[in-house]
Amino acid sequence: MADARPRTVTFRVRRFEPGRDERPRWEDHRVEVTPGMTVLDGLWKVKEQSAPSLAWRSSCRMGICGSCGMLIDGRPRLACNTQVAELGSEVVAVGPLPNFDIVKDLVPDLRPMFETHRDLRPYLLRDDTEEQDDPTREYWQSPHELEEYLQFSYCIKCGCCMAACPTVATDPHYAGPMPLAQAQRYDSDSRDAGFGERREVLSGGDGPWRCHFAGECSQVCPKGVDPAKAIQLMKRDLVFDLLRLRRRKPPAAVAEAPHGLPREGIPPAPPRTVPEG
Amino acid sequence: MRDRTLWTAHLGAGGLILVFLGLHMAIMHLGLTGDGLGVPGDKAIDWASVALRAQSVFFAVTYVILVGATLYHGLYGLRNILLELNPGPALRKVIDVGLSVVGLALFAFGTWTALAAPGAATTVGG
Amino acid sequence: MASRAHPNRLGIRGWVGGGRWGFERYLYTLHRITGLGLLAYFLMHIFVTSTRVLGPASWKQAMDAVSGPLFAVGEYLVFAAFAFHAVNGVRLALIEHGFLIGPPIEPIYPYATSVGRQRPLAVAVMIVAGVIALWGGLDFLTLR
Repeated sequence: MADARPRTVTFRVRRFEPGRDERPRWEDHRVEVTPGMTVLDGLWKVKEQSAPSLAWRSSCRMGICGSCGMLIDGRPRLACNTQVAELGSEVVAVGPLPNFDIVKDLVPDLRPMFETHRDLRPYLLRDDTEEQDDPTREYWQSPHELEEYLQFSYCIKCGCCMAACPTVATDPHYAGPMPLAQAQRYDSDSRDAGFGERREVLSGGDGPWRCHFAGECSQVCPKGVDPAKAIQLMKRDLVFDLLRLRRRKPPAAVAEAPHGLPREGIPPAPPRTVPEG
Repeated sequence: MRDRTLWTAHLGAGGLILVFLGLHMAIMHLGLTGDGLGVPGDKAIDWASVALRAQSVFFAVTYVILVGATLYHGLYGLRNILLELNPGPALRKVIDVGLSVVGLALFAFGTWTALAAPGAATTVGG
Repeated sequence: MASRAHPNRLGIRGWVGGGRWGFERYLYTLHRITGLGLLAYFLMHIFVTSTRVLGPASWKQAMDAVSGPLFAVGEYLVFAAFAFHAVNGVRLALIEHGFLIGPPIEPIYPYATSVGRQRPLAVAVMIVAGVIALWGGLDFLTLR
């Protein structure tokens, strides 16, 4: 099938070498486009052919690890998840994710985001520390309760939402879409009892109140996590809690042992299928 | 006070404004419901209308609620915008204190003008 | 170790730059602009209407000072801004309390988002605000 699209495109790459460059600059590289080629593939070609010192982060090449978030043609995306052909332009502009400092070339400094993420305690908070340290069984959770947070748990922490958020664009104190969505992921987990603890941080001026539903985070999320939804649900929970309208449920208990089935300790190995010797 | 409380009040004030400012606009500017309240819409800003409204408890209460709710809603909104511009800690304090003082002063002034009889200042002042 | 990283925060450009993105970004910007405009008008309004405590002569003087076609257009803009800010504010109040954006769902490509879910409401907001602004425009600018 004849393809009318250009066989080569220009990769306009943002370069910054700390200690050498005063400010970032654009650099053009011609790249031959092959069918199915992603922006990440294109960057590898640029590195192999004309710019060996070009730096970026990437790992899995399949939208799982969240390393290769970049500003591609003015929009935060995963380089591995974006086909050059789908952009439909002759010039593919690739820059580092905005709203993060540039470490080098296309490498953003994501540390502030992860520090905030950590401060919001993105893990199950419970009183039964013994059970958590040395679990006897799983905590009971219904499929419906799972759906309350499952969408938010698909987050790969790529930082695209932070790069798209207008509040993060000016306010470095704002927690931002990723950490807030992850706090909500645990707040809405029926096994968690940390709402009160996270509330102390979230009720402050850098919490979800800085979100005004511009909706960009959800538009750019490469995993469909919808951080804007998580943040609005978080605001509802916090406001309803303030107005004493929030229904409080105790965290899920350890599942009961099934009756009549011996499940103590490690199950015995199945009988051998290959004779000894 | 924490932002969760301030934000909730911001939305509550917005609800009040929606009701009372909607009413105010309808009476004062669109002249739609004015006749029913004894204030002809097209004459809403004539002195006779002003004097008539000044005798009404309904209008006095409405004005005080509107002044309070609008000042809070508006100044909190302004605070949002200013704080999102990332001012330093000292400037943050100035914004918080400054907007609170301005808001309270304007509320006191607005309440006084809403409750005082028309021409009160000239009467008192001689 | 001192960071040698280069700052790359978008700043105010990040507030207004919607690019090819969702139009809720523009509603967000317009909500801010109309809010600031309404606040400025309101502060002025308190002082202008406060002349009523000075008696009929001062009141008339103040009213004469703010009459004329320029002020009529200005007042109309305030009304239109109010119409938008109020209707969009209702939308935001509902959304920011978690209504009309749907429950968490299984993300299946192409992803459905809360933004898409509330999009009909955002369109309705623009239509209702437009109708109110037009209706007010007839009253403000022609019936006087």
